[in-house]
Amino acid sequence: MVALENFGSLKHFLPECLLMGGALLVLVLDMVWGARRRALYPWLGVGVLALAGLAALPGAGLRGEGLALFEQMFTLDGFTRVFRLFFVLVGALTLLMAARSRELRGAGGEFTGLTLIVVLGMILMAGAGNLVMAYLAMETVSLLSYTLVGSLRGNRRSHEAGLKYVIFGGVASGAMLYGFSWLFGLTGTLDLAAMGEAFRAGAAQPLPVFLALVLILVGLGFKMAAAPFHMWCPDVYEGAPVAVTAFLSVGPKAAGFALTLRILYTALAEPTGSGWLPIAGLPWPTLIAVMAVATMFIGNLSALWQDNLKRLMAYSSIAHAGYLLAGLVLLTPAGVTAIVFYLFAYLIMNFGAFMVIAAVAEESGSGGIDGIRGLWRRRPFLAVMMLIFLISLTGLPPAFGFIGKFYLFAALIEGGWLWLALLGLLNSVISLGYYMRIARVMLIDGTEDAAPAPTGAAPAPVLHPATGPAGVAAPAATPALSPLSVAIVGVLGVLTVLLGIYWEPLRLFAERGLALP
Amino acid sequence: MFLATIDNVLSWMIFFPLIGAAVILLLPAKRPNWIKGVGVAATLPPLWWAIELFAGFQRRFGGEPLKQFQYLEGPRPWIESFNINYTLGVDGISISMVLLTALICTIAVIASFGINRQLKAYFALFLLLDTGMMGVFCALDFFLFYVFWEIMLLPMYFLIGIWGGPNKIYAAIKFFLYTLFGSVFMLLAVIFLYFKAGKTFDMAEMMQGARGLAMTAQVLLWFAFYIAFAIKIPAFPFHTWLPDAHVEAPTAISVILAGVLLKMGTYGLLRVNYALLPEATAKLAWVLALIGMINIVYGALCAMAQSDLKKLVAYSSISHMGYVMLGMASLTPQGVNGAVLQMFNHGTITAMLFLLVGVLYDRAHHRQIDGFGGLANQVPVYTGITALAFFASLGLPGLSGFVSEVLVFMGGFRTFPLYTIVSATGIVITAAYLLWTLQRMFLGELNPKYATLTDMNRRELITLVPLGIIVIILGVWPLPVLDLIGDTLGFLVGHVNGAGAGLAGF
Repeated sequence: MVALENFGSLKHFLPECLLMGGALLVLVLDMVWGARRRALYPWLGVGVLALAGLAALPGAGLRGEGLALFEQMFTLDGFTRVFRLFFVLVGALTLLMAARSRELRGAGGEFTGLTLIVVLGMILMAGAGNLVMAYLAMETVSLLSYTLVGSLRGNRRSHEAGLKYVIFGGVASGAMLYGFSWLFGLTGTLDLAAMGEAFRAGAAQPLPVFLALVLILVGLGFKMAAAPFHMWCPDVYEGAPVAVTAFLSVGPKAAGFALTLRILYTALAEPTGSGWLPIAGLPWPTLIAVMAVATMFIGNLSALWQDNLKRLMAYSSIAHAGYLLAGLVLLTPAGVTAIVFYLFAYLIMNFGAFMVIAAVAEESGSGGIDGIRGLWRRRPFLAVMMLIFLISLTGLPPAFGFIGKFYLFAALIEGGWLWLALLGLLNSVISLGYYMRIARVMLIDGTEDAAPAPTGAAPAPVLHPATGPAGVAAPAATPALSPLSVAIVGVLGVLTVLLGIYWEPLRLFAERGLALP
Repeated sequence: MFLATIDNVLSWMIFFPLIGAAVILLLPAKRPNWIKGVGVAATLPPLWWAIELFAGFQRRFGGEPLKQFQYLEGPRPWIESFNINYTLGVDGISISMVLLTALICTIAVIASFGINRQLKAYFALFLLLDTGMMGVFCALDFFLFYVFWEIMLLPMYFLIGIWGGPNKIYAAIKFFLYTLFGSVFMLLAVIFLYFKAGKTFDMAEMMQGARGLAMTAQVLLWFAFYIAFAIKIPAFPFHTWLPDAHVEAPTAISVILAGVLLKMGTYGLLRVNYALLPEATAKLAWVLALIGMINIVYGALCAMAQSDLKKLVAYSSISHMGYVMLGMASLTPQGVNGAVLQMFNHGTITAMLFLLVGVLYDRAHHRQIDGFGGLANQVPVYTGITALAFFASLGLPGLSGFVSEVLVFMGGFRTFPLYTIVSATGIVITAAYLLWTLQRMFLGELNPKYATLTDMNRRELITLVPLGIIVIILGVWPLPVLDLIGDTLGFLVGHVNGAGAGLAGF
């Protein structure tokens, strides 16, 4: 690890600087222009993200030693490089989704600016080399997420969700900070690498370290939406604008995993030639495995009973956090690769699903599962794409989600965690229940009325009042879908299938980019 | 080879229906005849190629494992980091199943002409299903096998769920959940084998690699695979999805389900459990025999208790798949040959039965056996073909079902005399319920409600007559199929017996 002082670090920090500058620019423009060029801001944001992504790209494939930037505050290794691109992608998709969103029409430039800063915060989380950095980065992400959730002006649900998020988040981050202070007290350092050294040298009894870890996991589990710290998730997801929900389900979750990996592997494990071992006497993989199982079951079983699509996706996102947590117990390069790979799969399929949900919600005005009823007859293209995302989320071939699960469970089996793999796979079967319920409502329900007579053009008017009462008014009430969202859904859908059939390049990218031992 | 085949014929067989599906999606929805035409056109070339393969298949190869697989394609690298390859090939077992699949698919697509809503989606999904089934029987790479295996689930779910009967959603999701539950165990076992058997998904290499495994591991793997395949067969106690699925599915889909899909279970047992885990198979053959026996007797008794004709056929299907399991379990050449022959014969016979149920349902709009009576004079052709199918199903000598059942019992008796004797009562029960059904439906007074019932039309005859001819031919001259499968199975039986020498049943 090459340590660099502050000025020397800056040139390696270009993407982050771009994000920062872009955010400030957008916020200033927002003040200067006011509401006049509101439609422009998301595009400006996407442009900034694209620049940042380009700046981050050349380093992605670099092998070898990482760089410890800013007096070891920020670690720029393969892991951070891969996550940089990941979060830039998350930000770009969020902004693209928000660009055409009617919910967010009044949000103006601040939404774009905040998103750019959140992306910056998430990158800092992935690269944190120091507990202070970790805490600052995480609070940046948290605070801005609270704001984004509450960004629907005059919408009480949105405000309530934001408030709930703040309260839960405050408690969780307090617990985490307390845990950090324990670690500092035990080792006398805040630097993760130095902390790892101290622990390996036998700095502390296992019990206090374990307690500190539990406290830290409260905060990180909150970000990952892992049980038992998932309570906020359904309410917040339901109340937030759809674009923000999609963002929350992927971005902060992935950042939480990145930071957890960083802390656990750097400070609480020792590297061996082919992986890591938990520091002596600390059974944290078992603890995480128990958390993983609880998270999977709670997420999947609760999702079975949901009638609101956003709530359902919230529980589904909890379940996916469970699968990812299972990957954390592995302590092998294969495990890290599997997590990263899975996160990419989750990014594509989840954003796809949320874009369809957003389109449906705009059309029908409700987030209920009934809103998607008969989608096949109204918008066959969206319905088919949604089906692909659902297949992928369930983890069936030939979709990208299957490959993600395949790598994860293959790594688990290789690592000897057969029972965890079995429980994870059984959870996929449970998840089939609710994903296929969406598919059923979307594709099967409302196909009957084709048979009697072609009198009513409106699909099942009784069940679906939002389409219009008489069937005549329906076309006028149905807003035209923006070609942009259709195109993005299409691209994500095609990617889901293509990467499900041939994913070797991405795998190589993840493996090479991570440059693990 | 006296018939010219194209290069990569297996790939063409698998993916030609998929091309057809893509074409159908591009057709205008207002042209039902075009859609149906493309549907048939997409299944005909695979049938032709299947016949060509059948004719050109080298039947004698002296039990050498390397020569078993013919028309090999690949291995072409697919995902190199995991050593996943695109490898296809057929041996005697696969080729008989490929032939059956091609035949049943063509017939089922013709039987689907009665479908009257959402034609595009129906035929596209049907052809996707065709692709999945063909793929399963041709894949020699386990990852590929698994992908094809799973690809079938989704079209089946929608085919039952959209075009099925009143209780279709329940039946469709039950089918899907059961099968996926089984697949989970298969996936787990496959990945486990991958790491333990030399990091390869190639089935032939896995055969070598699996030998070194400890017996406990082998037994666990065996059961994991068994659950996956038993659900598909369906073996007791995993059979409950089948009557539901059959009753709700449209006729053509019932035909596919009974004709081809169930065979995947027994095919999987032979291809995976027998070939990869011979020692565990030799040790656990009694489980197969026991479950086979339960399937035969319990399925037959359930069938007897049904008043719905389609449910009766569905339960008889469960019963007849029991013969396959019993024959396989015997580990004798006769028994295993009988089992595979029974797979083929059951495919053709049950396809006939379900088609016949569909014909009747189209006219009478119900399937209650007691509602009919005296149909023999009203619809003589229908009666004749039904009688043929029923007699074939109950194993009348001279029809194809007899040959395979005799072989199964001959083989079974040598290894598991007790189970075989109990199973033999299944024949009696089968004969009883089928004859009773014949009597209730066709003999006696004609129910005046059906005085206007019309006999079969040309399209229905096109679907049924070829199957009837096959049933009769294989009844008097089963050699074409037997010599197709003989050498392959001889090798497989030797493989298992060699591994489990001294481990006889009781």
